[in-house]
Amino acid sequence: MKQISIFDIISPIMVGPSSSHTAGAIRLGLIAREIYGFLPQKVVFKLYNSYAQTGKGHGTDKGLLAGVLGLAVDDTQIKDIFTNDLAKTIDYSFEFCEDFKRHPNAVDIIFDGELKMKIAGDSIGGGEVRVKKINEFAVDLTGEYNTLILIYRDQPGVISKVSSIIQRQGINIASLTCDRSAKGEDASMCICLDSPLTEEISGIDNLYFCRQIKKMEI
Amino acid sequence: MKINTFEELLTKCSIDKKKIHVIIEEKESAQHEISREDVRLKTKKILDAMKQAISSGLGSAELSLSRQSGDDCQKLQQRFTVRPSLFGSLFEKITTYALATSEENIRMGRIVACPTAGSCGIVPSVLVASSEFLGVDEQRQIDALITAGAIGSIVANKTALAGAVGGCQAECGVASAMAAGGLVVLLGGSNEQVVQSVSLALKNILGLTCDPVAGLVEIPCVKRNSFLAVHAVTAAELAISCVESKIPADEVVDALVQTGQLMSPLLKETSQGGLAKTKRGIEIEKGIFG
Repeated sequence: MKQISIFDIISPIMVGPSSSHTAGAIRLGLIAREIYGFLPQKVVFKLYNSYAQTGKGHGTDKGLLAGVLGLAVDDTQIKDIFTNDLAKTIDYSFEFCEDFKRHPNAVDIIFDGELKMKIAGDSIGGGEVRVKKINEFAVDLTGEYNTLILIYRDQPGVISKVSSIIQRQGINIASLTCDRSAKGEDASMCICLDSPLTEEISGIDNLYFCRQIKKMEI
Repeated sequence: MKINTFEELLTKCSIDKKKIHVIIEEKESAQHEISREDVRLKTKKILDAMKQAISSGLGSAELSLSRQSGDDCQKLQQRFTVRPSLFGSLFEKITTYALATSEENIRMGRIVACPTAGSCGIVPSVLVASSEFLGVDEQRQIDALITAGAIGSIVANKTALAGAVGGCQAECGVASAMAAGGLVVLLGGSNEQVVQSVSLALKNILGLTCDPVAGLVEIPCVKRNSFLAVHAVTAAELAISCVESKIPADEVVDALVQTGQLMSPLLKETSQGGLAKTKRGIEIEKGIFG
């Protein structure tokens, strides 16, 4: 279990008014943008439950957009993001939904353009977030670690190949999450690392997607 | 190094003959693999952000997104210029700084969640106002803020500091205990007195509900920050006078956790009961969200 630090308590430095509904929303936007890899042409935000009901009063919509645009959790431009020139560079919209199977503060961030991608995440309290799905794959991404995400064709030996590349660089693995749609079909891997990877992951057949997400500074 | 309870903290301090903040700096330094100096620098950065939020908040009367709050700090400041507070200038500073920070929060200004955004005004107002009033140097302010953080993290070992889990006890209540302990440090109190102030502050907020109108961090959260900042001063004043809580701090925290569990979900950040479901509370909600 994680040891609680004073910097979990007297933090984050953020724009208000809510750590879960504002800072968490910004972080979810930031992580989604990192996974996507570049500024999207179009993005749809689907807000669920409490995010849908009280999000506007907490600036959740502004926070999500600001995150996708790359603004930090303490950026005072977020308050007026809708009229900021940055927001004019992309096509964005919001949908408000109810689904009590989802977390109270859940969001789907749906990117459109040449690359289509759907990222689902929750704001779990105190500004902490958890990205749980990329398209249909289960992942576990909190932004607390440098994290490597791979999507590939399920085949024997992938975990061993990837972990040996990581081991060659002397990097410690903090946690590992794997998922697959079916044997021999699409699979995903999400690896949290204690330090960033310097060497690219290579030599894996049918690797469709590989991205390293940087640890978010609190 | 693991410090999960106040008792463990005090034992460690007494074996090593060190102040709480020193023990915590050593712990944080090991945990984050950074130097003790860097732990203090990180804390200074947070302290500076707190001061900046107070200063921005004192100068603004802009209303929140919901237009329910944002101009009370101006009212308080104006009144104090005409007729000073019965409790003197430190009371004026603390109450205005707490409102300034909380109002800055609800207008989407930059604040430090401490431990949460809804309770962001309590620790900064007590520590910054008292430091100005007493002429305390920056190094000791950092000692106090680290101590406050230690208090919050020990409580957080037993319960999430979230209204949805423990009601407002776990947010503004814990913030007031953190502020009380920090103030004891500013006043030159002992490690034991810091922990006594925690017991005294927490015992007197047990059962505090989280029932915000329209689900927003505004009513009653903004004004509550001023109230619980003053509450923290009471706890620190008693502790520094060697008044002792008959119930030890760790057991008070246990009582807080149990009270949080017994509290109806209607009163834990769901806005389904209490102030949120008063006649006027419902009218305000309709006015905001239609």
